[in-house]
Amino acid sequence: MAINPSDLDICPPQTALSRRGFLTASLAAGGGILFAATFPSLAGRAIAGDAYAGASMITLFARISPSGVVTIFAPNPEVGQGTKTALPMIFAEELDVAWKDVVIEMADYQGGKMGSQSSGGSFSTPSNWMPLRKAGAAGRQMLIAAAAAKWGLPASECSTSDGIVSHAASGRSLTYGLLAEDASKLPQPDLEQVKLKDESTFKIIGKSVIDPDKARIVNGSQQFGIDVKVPGMKYAVYQKGPVFDAVVKSANLDEIKAMTGVSHAFVLKGSPRAMEVPPGTPGLGIDDGLRGGVAIVADTWWHAQKARGKLQVDWDEGPHAHDSTAGFNAKAKELFSQPPQGQVRVDGNPDAALKDAAKLVRATYSYPFISHATMEPQNCVASYRDGKVEIWAPTQNPGPGRAGVAKLLGIDPDNITIHMIRGGGGFGRRLANDYMIEAAAISKEINGPIKVLWAREDEMQHDFYRPGGYHNLTAGLSKDGQLEVWHNHFAGFARNDYFAGSAVPNRDSFPAGFVKDYALHTSRISFNVPIGPLRAPGDNAHAWVFQSFLDEVAHAAGRDPIDFQLALLRNPNPGEGEGKPPGRFGPSFMAARMIAVIESVRAKSDWTSRKHLPAHTGMGFACYWSHVGYVAQIHQVAVGTDGTVTPQQIWVAVDVGKHIVNPTNAEHQIIGSIVDGMSAAFGQQITFENGRVQQSNYDNYPLLRNRKIPPIHVAFIKTDFSPTGLGEPAYPSALPALCNAIFAASGRRVRKLPLSTSMLRT
Amino acid sequence: MSYTIEVNGVKHDVDAEGDTPLLWVLRDILNMTGTKFGCGIGQCGACTVHANGSAARSCQLPLEAAVNLRITTIEGIGETAIGKRVQERWLTLDVPQCGYCQGGQIMSATALLMRTPRPKDEDIDAGMAGNICRCGCYSRIRAAIKHLGDAPIA
Repeated sequence: MAINPSDLDICPPQTALSRRGFLTASLAAGGGILFAATFPSLAGRAIAGDAYAGASMITLFARISPSGVVTIFAPNPEVGQGTKTALPMIFAEELDVAWKDVVIEMADYQGGKMGSQSSGGSFSTPSNWMPLRKAGAAGRQMLIAAAAAKWGLPASECSTSDGIVSHAASGRSLTYGLLAEDASKLPQPDLEQVKLKDESTFKIIGKSVIDPDKARIVNGSQQFGIDVKVPGMKYAVYQKGPVFDAVVKSANLDEIKAMTGVSHAFVLKGSPRAMEVPPGTPGLGIDDGLRGGVAIVADTWWHAQKARGKLQVDWDEGPHAHDSTAGFNAKAKELFSQPPQGQVRVDGNPDAALKDAAKLVRATYSYPFISHATMEPQNCVASYRDGKVEIWAPTQNPGPGRAGVAKLLGIDPDNITIHMIRGGGGFGRRLANDYMIEAAAISKEINGPIKVLWAREDEMQHDFYRPGGYHNLTAGLSKDGQLEVWHNHFAGFARNDYFAGSAVPNRDSFPAGFVKDYALHTSRISFNVPIGPLRAPGDNAHAWVFQSFLDEVAHAAGRDPIDFQLALLRNPNPGEGEGKPPGRFGPSFMAARMIAVIESVRAKSDWTSRKHLPAHTGMGFACYWSHVGYVAQIHQVAVGTDGTVTPQQIWVAVDVGKHIVNPTNAEHQIIGSIVDGMSAAFGQQITFENGRVQQSNYDNYPLLRNRKIPPIHVAFIKTDFSPTGLGEPAYPSALPALCNAIFAASGRRVRKLPLSTSMLRT
Repeated sequence: MSYTIEVNGVKHDVDAEGDTPLLWVLRDILNMTGTKFGCGIGQCGACTVHANGSAARSCQLPLEAAVNLRITTIEGIGETAIGKRVQERWLTLDVPQCGYCQGGQIMSATALLMRTPRPKDEDIDAGMAGNICRCGCYSRIRAAIKHLGDAPIA
């Protein structure tokens, strides 16, 4: 059962200024009750770069059938992060139904009526927690009211459990399914007044629920984007330039068209890529336009791909054909010898404090561009016919894709249907919709359905990358080993005077606010590489720098690295540490919460006994606040004299509030984030020469394999705050904890990523 | 040119060039999409099938070389006693995240357990080295294989 778009019209249109949520209920076609709950979209929805921030949106759409089956539509796409299961769990809990009676259906993109329908920013749980609870509780209240009216009894004497309303004194009971039709005719409760469950009685939230898709995953029957097939569909590869934004001058199209199975070969003229935008501009800075290239269409993907082997294109490579990593590195070095160009934050008088410090510690850290490398390559099925397009895409962010297709093809967005298909990993890559734009353009050109599928080489060389960066740091210590001053000159990538998205450290990144004299200055390196969000954007690089350097400074001060950070956290500057900085998607930073996870992980890992570890073995610590989650982790590694690093154990403590909605998936997200961070540290880098990406596949862009993964012990610290997301918070601290452990084991400080054995040989 | 191959015990006549990788025969011609494309160079293991009971990368196996082999895919592995138990354990331990690589992981794990019913950690390291999991489900993959190894089918 799909959502019939007219079903959503039961919700009266809301003004952008509406501050309140409300529930609408109606009789469902075929019996039963339809619920729709509308809430003002939170500002953080702007992550999707959509137009819905501030407007209201349908947060919940569900149906109870006469047989008692509860169908809950999942608005946000599933890429393995678990949203599709976790959000319905919250609604089902308050509705008070048995989980076995719940069916989850993926909603198509609803053109904004259900908000952006994007998945990103670890935002789904915190933004939906109270809305879904209120909606469920209101639904339950209506079903109770229906039963009470039928029995002529006070609603206050009725109770619910597992989808049944009961009246204990008279022994009467009725199922939700049988009450649904009556309930649909009752007035809808005020969501602001509705009574929520006592959280200690939760039966679904906090119990592990396995995503029903997984039963199909283990036998190969689950459909991913790449598996979609529609009648009459052809297959396409799309060859883009060796240098970003290269333009096709000519290609041997006739030769390609003559190859086995090939039906079309043609050039698509791209549009210039939008450059970086001023800070504070809504959206992700991703251009969902078409890049120029050559499309090859064939009866099978293999025929198209094989024909590509014979493709010869003469490219106009443009002004960036000489960009290189070596050039970027040289530019950073030059910038560090000059005064900074800008400043993000200055507290106190750092220049004077540096002169007064008893001891200075200096270091330069650098990290590379990295790629998302999702297991499922980008792909999309599009079917253009008579000014309308139907699209099947594994997107994390359908709104901007639809807008991009509408603009490119010159059609009304309402003539575009987007089906959101499970994606084989996201990590932020599928917030861009370039594959969707390509498929729509090719489908229109051949006037028929097409599947565009990228080869791994396309994937690696045409990503929206995590930007590299360079930090030139100086710390000043007092005579008694206190951190008195922190000075950072950051050199990052920029175009048109604006830094790339997620390039620049947040002004509030720890230890900012906890060191009296503090400076974060910036300088810009001009570049032309597409940039996009990658898991824990910004934090995924800067945490490694800051937490590694803090470890370095602690050692220079002769202090225990954990004691050193705890001392900082316990002495914030006036006005910092409690409620500052503001949380983007949830509660503000509280030093006490970070201190608690640090103390937990220190105890669990037996950190204080680490001097008894064997030779060439060590423990490293790091912590970070990311996406409003508090994470501290300790890694234990051995480093061989040949420089080989062997992770041995990892302990991690996490505070994301008072409930872990779906524990099995929560642990997955924590461990997955840590493995992801370790994988980046061990081997990932995208480098450039002559404007070309040097990496092409998993042989030269290695991901960690099973043998490198040690036991990872996860502890959740429950605190009295609404639950927040877990897709990202554990990634940032993984890299510095690993590198600090390497230092403890080998005495080698890692100041440049990725790791290399030659750098660690002793 | 036409070739006859045996997949999951069923013979199929396939009209394609002999150098077509088995992966694309399975996915685009036979409509068996459980076998996934990840890298095309035998690096990631998402396309793992069994050829005569051993794990093989179907992106590296040309159609013409598959004609004399018994091919088993993720759609058919549940017909074997060990494959069925691997699938069940994968589900009860909630091994997958995105799930894209898991068909290949299950095929490699089943091949490992068929060869080595009680695998040690080193056996798991070697037997699963050809399969990448981008989501990082490695701990649960190892746990699932160990559970199965603790109670092997005689």
